[in-house]
Amino acid sequence: MMHEPQTLKAADTTTKMTARDVKVFYGEKQAINGVSIDVDMDNVTAFIGPSGCGKSTFLRTLNRMNDTVASARVEGSITLDGEDIYASTMDVVQLRARVGMVFQKPNPFPKSIYENIAYGPRIHGLASSKADLDVVVEKSLRRAGLWEEVKDRLHDSGTALSGGQQQRLCIGRAIAVEPEVILMDEPCSALDPIATAKIEELIHELRGRYAIVIVTHNMQQAARVSQRTAFFHLGELVEYGVTSDIFTNPRQERTKDYITGRYG
Amino acid sequence: MTGPAIFLLLAGLGAIAWVSARARALRLQTAARASGRRDAVHSLPGYHGWYVALWTLIPAAIFLAAWTNIAPGLVTQDVLASPAAQNLPADAFSRSAVLAEARAIATGRQTGAFNPLSQGLVEPYRQATEKFGYAGAALALVLAFAGGAYAFTRVRPDFRARTRVERLVMAGLLIASLLAIITTLGIVSSLLWESFRFFSMVNPIDFLFGTKWSPQSAAMGYGNEDAFGAVPLFWGTIFIGAIIAMAVAIPLGLMSAIYLTQYARPAVRKWMKPILEVLAGVPTVVYGYFAALTIAPALRDFAVSIGIHGASSESALAAGLVMGVMIIPFVSSMADDSIAAVPQSMRDGSLAMGATTSETIRKVLIPAALPGVVGGVLLAVSRAIGETMIVVMAAGLAANLTLNPFASVTTVTTQIVQLLTGDQEFDSAKTLAAFALGLVLFVVTLLLNIVALRVVKKYREAYE
Repeated sequence: MMHEPQTLKAADTTTKMTARDVKVFYGEKQAINGVSIDVDMDNVTAFIGPSGCGKSTFLRTLNRMNDTVASARVEGSITLDGEDIYASTMDVVQLRARVGMVFQKPNPFPKSIYENIAYGPRIHGLASSKADLDVVVEKSLRRAGLWEEVKDRLHDSGTALSGGQQQRLCIGRAIAVEPEVILMDEPCSALDPIATAKIEELIHELRGRYAIVIVTHNMQQAARVSQRTAFFHLGELVEYGVTSDIFTNPRQERTKDYITGRYG
Repeated sequence: MTGPAIFLLLAGLGAIAWVSARARALRLQTAARASGRRDAVHSLPGYHGWYVALWTLIPAAIFLAAWTNIAPGLVTQDVLASPAAQNLPADAFSRSAVLAEARAIATGRQTGAFNPLSQGLVEPYRQATEKFGYAGAALALVLAFAGGAYAFTRVRPDFRARTRVERLVMAGLLIASLLAIITTLGIVSSLLWESFRFFSMVNPIDFLFGTKWSPQSAAMGYGNEDAFGAVPLFWGTIFIGAIIAMAVAIPLGLMSAIYLTQYARPAVRKWMKPILEVLAGVPTVVYGYFAALTIAPALRDFAVSIGIHGASSESALAAGLVMGVMIIPFVSSMADDSIAAVPQSMRDGSLAMGATTSETIRKVLIPAALPGVVGGVLLAVSRAIGETMIVVMAAGLAANLTLNPFASVTTVTTQIVQLLTGDQEFDSAKTLAAFALGLVLFVVTLLLNIVALRVVKKYREAYE
């Protein structure tokens, strides 16, 4: 089939990132084939698809985390605010400060809650004094919906929190660097339903302030948290559209089969 | 009958036992199968062979081991009972001297006698040795036959020879591991015993806290006071092994581990890591002469040229530097393991926030790996303070209590070597001091190892 760009152009949205004909290779093996997609500022975008379909791999091209894999190679173009992020002039470190990431398994550093949040601002020099830093930490924890739970034990270890709290700590940590885009790679797959509900609520609150892309296994979750959904299958982007359309009226046969649980 | 002949005979018997038992088992089992009782056959014929062979050999071997310890006593008794022994001197010392000489002549280790009395005892000795030799061999053979015959009668189609052999194998393995433990206990107890003798001559407080070390003067009869203060030795050991060597090994080992785990491409790592590990395989005596012949003179010349007084050609610095280089692979591989054990997700988390690789290493990986690194360093220290060859060759013998790295100091291990080489009398404080030093070294390294292993273990659990 053809891989014509599937983009949604709506007057009330601003495009934050664009991908055109992106191909990803791990050594000889091709993991992504010709994906083109626009991510906009005001909507939460969900990537769905069966395991191994390449959705996480594609997500990791958006902040160049694939650079850490020696054998990975990316073709095509990806831009952030019109700027090619794979250009040789692009500072990867700065890019990752602008495009933050939350991982599948909560990965707080073995430091205190305060130090976990302060890590990014310290590195990027976002706070000039201790008082400034305190403000940044409080603001980030509030946005991550964790402040009330941890304000009396900011100097306890971040690894001592519950799984759901750890994941919100990681979201807070990402927020603290003032990113423009937040990538979430199956952020709830290691969490129980209550913790998952809290994260989903948080995603609703963060929408609009940051462009959010979330990879998920769980179609109900995609339906709940996102306004745009992209369906990946075998390294290809099969269909991309408004979430409610994808779930109620898919245009592609493969999407329909996946939604209705024929495979996956 | 000589030892080798008995062993050959026993081995032959064992082989015969194996072959005949196997043949018998095979015949019986074939018969059992022919008569349709398939389930009555338990073990393969080979196991029956081994079972009988082991029953032939083990009792005889145990007997022979015991006999070699008992026989000399019986021989001596026999000789003393002979008429030629009636005019031996009465005092025990000259009596045993005569007997020893007679035995040496009888066994052919000595050709002529100095004492005419022993000449008369040679023939009784020879006879007694021969008599008990034959008796021992005969008893061993009887035991071998008895054991073999007993086992042979048990060869039946349904006999569980396989299970029995398995049990014997397990017993053999158990004995092997017990031997190592018992040897360790033996070494420790001898160390304790000799140290106890030393401390009955020298006050432990004087030994552990005294600052004057001159065992020679004690040996020359100036008394044991003020001669065995081991503090200069302890200081020298710490100065070389724990301070100078670690000042070299910790930064270099850590940095090479960071380079190898974080920066090096797989191709580079593949040839660089083995080369680094070759350093650990260089014999310490090679490091020793490198330190003594190359580094030490160069350092002395350097020290003299910048005007440092008391620069010696056997300096603490030379020994410490070379020992540090020797320890690098040790520190590096422990640090490598600890850094590699930090989950990849920590590294990803930091990189995803826009941290550079070196920021990630400094602020996330090293703090997370620190307990493991500390454990590795403690193990390296315990290795360094027990190291002998480099310090014997490069560190010198002067027991100085000094902070000057260009001066000569001495270490615990060097002094142990010094105290025990050459002809020594084993009841003087000078010789026994070596055991007390060994005991201190043993206790310190044991404690270091226990602490280090606990730290490392606790840290490993934190990420599992």
